[in-house]
Amino acid sequence: MPETLSLVVNGEPRSLAVEPRTLLVHALRDGLGLTGAHVGCDTSQCGACTVLLDGRAVKSCTLLALQAEGVEVTTIEGLARDGELHPLQRAFVEHHGLQCGFCTPGVILAAADLLSRNPDPDAESIRHALRGNLCRCTGYQPIVESVRAAAREVSS
Amino acid sequence: MIPAPVRYHRALSLEDAFEALAEDEAKALAGGQSLVPVLKLRVARPSLVVDIGGLGLRGLTAGEGEVRIGALTTWAELEEAVELRAPGLAAVSECARGIGDLQVRNRGTLGGSLAHADPASDMPAVLLALGARLRLRSRGGERDVPLSQFFVGPFLTVLESGELIVEIVVPVPPPGSGSAYASVEHPASGFALAGVAAFVHPEGETLAATGLGAHPFTLPAGDPREALSSTEIFGDRFAPAEYRRELAAVLAERALSAARKHAREAS
Repeated sequence: MPETLSLVVNGEPRSLAVEPRTLLVHALRDGLGLTGAHVGCDTSQCGACTVLLDGRAVKSCTLLALQAEGVEVTTIEGLARDGELHPLQRAFVEHHGLQCGFCTPGVILAAADLLSRNPDPDAESIRHALRGNLCRCTGYQPIVESVRAAAREVSS
Repeated sequence: MIPAPVRYHRALSLEDAFEALAEDEAKALAGGQSLVPVLKLRVARPSLVVDIGGLGLRGLTAGEGEVRIGALTTWAELEEAVELRAPGLAAVSECARGIGDLQVRNRGTLGGSLAHADPASDMPAVLLALGARLRLRSRGGERDVPLSQFFVGPFLTVLESGELIVEIVVPVPPPGSGSAYASVEHPASGFALAGVAAFVHPEGETLAATGLGAHPFTLPAGDPREALSSTEIFGDRFAPAEYRRELAAVLAERALSAARKHAREAS
């Protein structure tokens, strides 16, 4: 039987009916039309479905939607402010942090969590924080460089 | 992958949770990092999921010679916990930092992981070496169980139906103690092929291992290589038993030498 889920998504209060077995990623994609959270592996390995829950990166394929009751969710669609890309988004464009782009929303949101705790991470900390995000095109080096560049911009 | 149809109850208090868990096929849901994957694979098909995630039971308290860890404390919180800074307890945060990935550590809880009882889970080795015990609560009351008596098999524990872990209690080691954890992970799953925790204290040394058998266990005192040679060890296509045995012996040396180093820094 569907239940009502109320949460704040990208700053806006939203309510929708979900089945208890509905995963958060499907509630976001199919219920709210926010398709930036991707279903990659569907086995909690790849991180393409990463969103922020109260500022912390989580895998939205590994949560029941009802577990997000009352929390603040940020998806990649909510990262830009007033038409201005987030510094991480800009850095990924400028430093070739993506090729096909499938993993990118998840990578950027995991990196956003990292930068909120550690504004000046070294390459090793970035690699450790992004361990749950698989990319099959870039080979990670440009991703690490993008996060470093965003950190420099934010802290300068 | 979508879980089979299931009902959902958000527990508002422990009593409320116990009442809901009285249903035969009910299952408690903490952070969801172990349960949701098995719901998706339909390995677990409960009729009711009781979400205890909002019940507090979170955070650390130090006092009276022990550190009490709320069952719903996440790996990320254990990584940062100031209550675990003493060199004798260093292995807890060190081990938490290596679990899963950032996203899993943000959601996954210590109590949820212990109740799930994956035989290759990292933290039980550390908590066994440190002599931790679990505080369990049910409608009938509360009982303490040493972690060494908690696991009975792969994914099996002494938890009774309707019983929850509410707290993990770790004795504060005496001054001059040190602890460390060393593991080799399966490159895809990240679970330990073998993991060994060492606790070095003025009275001696305690080692505990994970990934080797039906559940994590404490090694008999004495030379770890000798102790491992007479232990029944599990093997599979990723790592045969003899390989795991050798790995564990090497990891025991590494964990011991790191724990001794911590202990020296402490004194």
